[in-house]
Amino acid sequence: MTAQQSDMKLDGNAIGGLLREIFAMEMTMAQGTCANCGKVHMVGEVVVYLHAPGVVVRCPSCDNVQMKIVQGRGKYWVDMSGVRCLEFSV
Amino acid sequence: MAGTAVLGRLIWQFGTLAELVQETPKVASLILDVPGWTGHLAGQHVDVRLTADDGYQTERSYSIASPPEDSRLAITVERLDDGEVSPYLVGELRKGDKLELRGPIGGYFVWRGEDERPVLLVGGGSGVVPLMAMIRHRAANHLKTPTRLLYSSRSLDDVIYRAELERLASAGDGLTVTHTLTRMQPPGWSGYARRIDSAMLAEVAWPKAQMPIVYVCGPTPMVESAASLLVDMGYDPASVKTERFGATGG
Amino acid sequence: MSFISRGFRGKRRDTASSSRLPPGQYLVNDFPVLSAGPTPRIPQAEWSFVIEGEIDKPRSWTWDEFRKLPTEQVTKDIHCVTKWSKFDTGWTGVSVDTLLEGVDTAAEYVVEFSYGGYTTNLPLEDVTGGKAWVAFEFDGQPLHPEHGGPARMLVPHLYFWKSAKWIRGLRLVNEDQPGFWEQNGYNNYGDPWREQRYWGD
Repeated sequence: MTAQQSDMKLDGNAIGGLLREIFAMEMTMAQGTCANCGKVHMVGEVVVYLHAPGVVVRCPSCDNVQMKIVQGRGKYWVDMSGVRCLEFSV
Repeated sequence: MAGTAVLGRLIWQFGTLAELVQETPKVASLILDVPGWTGHLAGQHVDVRLTADDGYQTERSYSIASPPEDSRLAITVERLDDGEVSPYLVGELRKGDKLELRGPIGGYFVWRGEDERPVLLVGGGSGVVPLMAMIRHRAANHLKTPTRLLYSSRSLDDVIYRAELERLASAGDGLTVTHTLTRMQPPGWSGYARRIDSAMLAEVAWPKAQMPIVYVCGPTPMVESAASLLVDMGYDPASVKTERFGATGG
Repeated sequence: MSFISRGFRGKRRDTASSSRLPPGQYLVNDFPVLSAGPTPRIPQAEWSFVIEGEIDKPRSWTWDEFRKLPTEQVTKDIHCVTKWSKFDTGWTGVSVDTLLEGVDTAAEYVVEFSYGGYTTNLPLEDVTGGKAWVAFEFDGQPLHPEHGGPARMLVPHLYFWKSAKWIRGLRLVNEDQPGFWEQNGYNNYGDPWREQRYWGD
């Protein structure tokens, strides 16, 4: 992996704070089923790109986009269509 | 052991810099007083937010270096010369200055100390910070959990918490610390002198029959390499937890 | 009065008022890299650019064919929705007008689609009439993969997310098809001079 590629690539820990803003709870242990490949990963392990016009979350197994989060004008726009199912305990 | 709230939105709160501890030429720990801090678990991080006078804001995440038992919160920051935030935190911020932060964040990359399984900690550069919180938590509670730290640094001068790690490792209570120095070694160095590879892991890691929990933290390429080597060696992927620092913030 | 971090300046940015700076932007000296995924690596031998969709005969060019087309050197200001702007950026590219020469279409919209899956949408009239290029050099050097090389779109009159990196082709369509960011909060058009960053702007 080149330095440039690695610089951009983080994991779900990096959006722990943002997800807590949105879900009002700690989400890094939630388990998401990928809508594309069906594999289940903990949010802490998903691939995260932060340096975009928004946050992009990708499946660690198949690289499909799982989530997009945009913030602006006091709003969030959240696309979770790449997650078929999110499992978490309250 | 204090638990930590998992419900509820986090608020931005202020820490006041009480002390700055220079760990290595490029790395310093910020010791903060945070009134109303609700406690945390070893491995968690805080988000720090800086605001310029024209309203420009930027955020970074920093792992908490202090164990839950400490009354003050410590974060350890590597100063990157071309960074935007780290030269401010290590260089400009003075005792008495306020720092806006929120946390603690994270539930995936934490070690509570209740598990009896042996622990393997693999850290690269400033990736050692959350691992140090775990080691300090273990020490504060006099736990005997068999724990091994494999810590990769560029040179001996770059080893963060070096004296403290030496002291804790010589207590004979089940903690061992193995260094690898990848760029420069002092004369007479007999330790590892290369990037973490499968041979090194085979020698340092707990045998997989002991079903260790593994925490790997550091720059993204190092984390991905070490984690995939461990999985290739037969360690249960569900027991290998990773935290990537990307380009180590800045 | 919100909190200000004493002594914090942040990265070099120039908000000095300039009629060249759209509202809410600041000027930077570096060239920030933004990415929604891994950097695609496309060997020249495998690269192609296509024009498809509402067109009688789809067109495509291999890298060698593409590099035989007439090129232009243009100097443009660019504006990212994340608020940074760069003045006088130099590019070498093939005008979209050249690529569409002789094309007869009733399509009113275009979708830019990229290696790696990114898409962005525009009215056809925003990529014609000297407004858009497929650029393969920046500042006289081959476009670096992290900035979208081998080739990217350059549509400088709109926010830079409308200039797709790692461009694979243009699809001419009758109905507007919101792309990767337009589906998720970003403005469908994206005029920096009217500060059209998000939905509802």
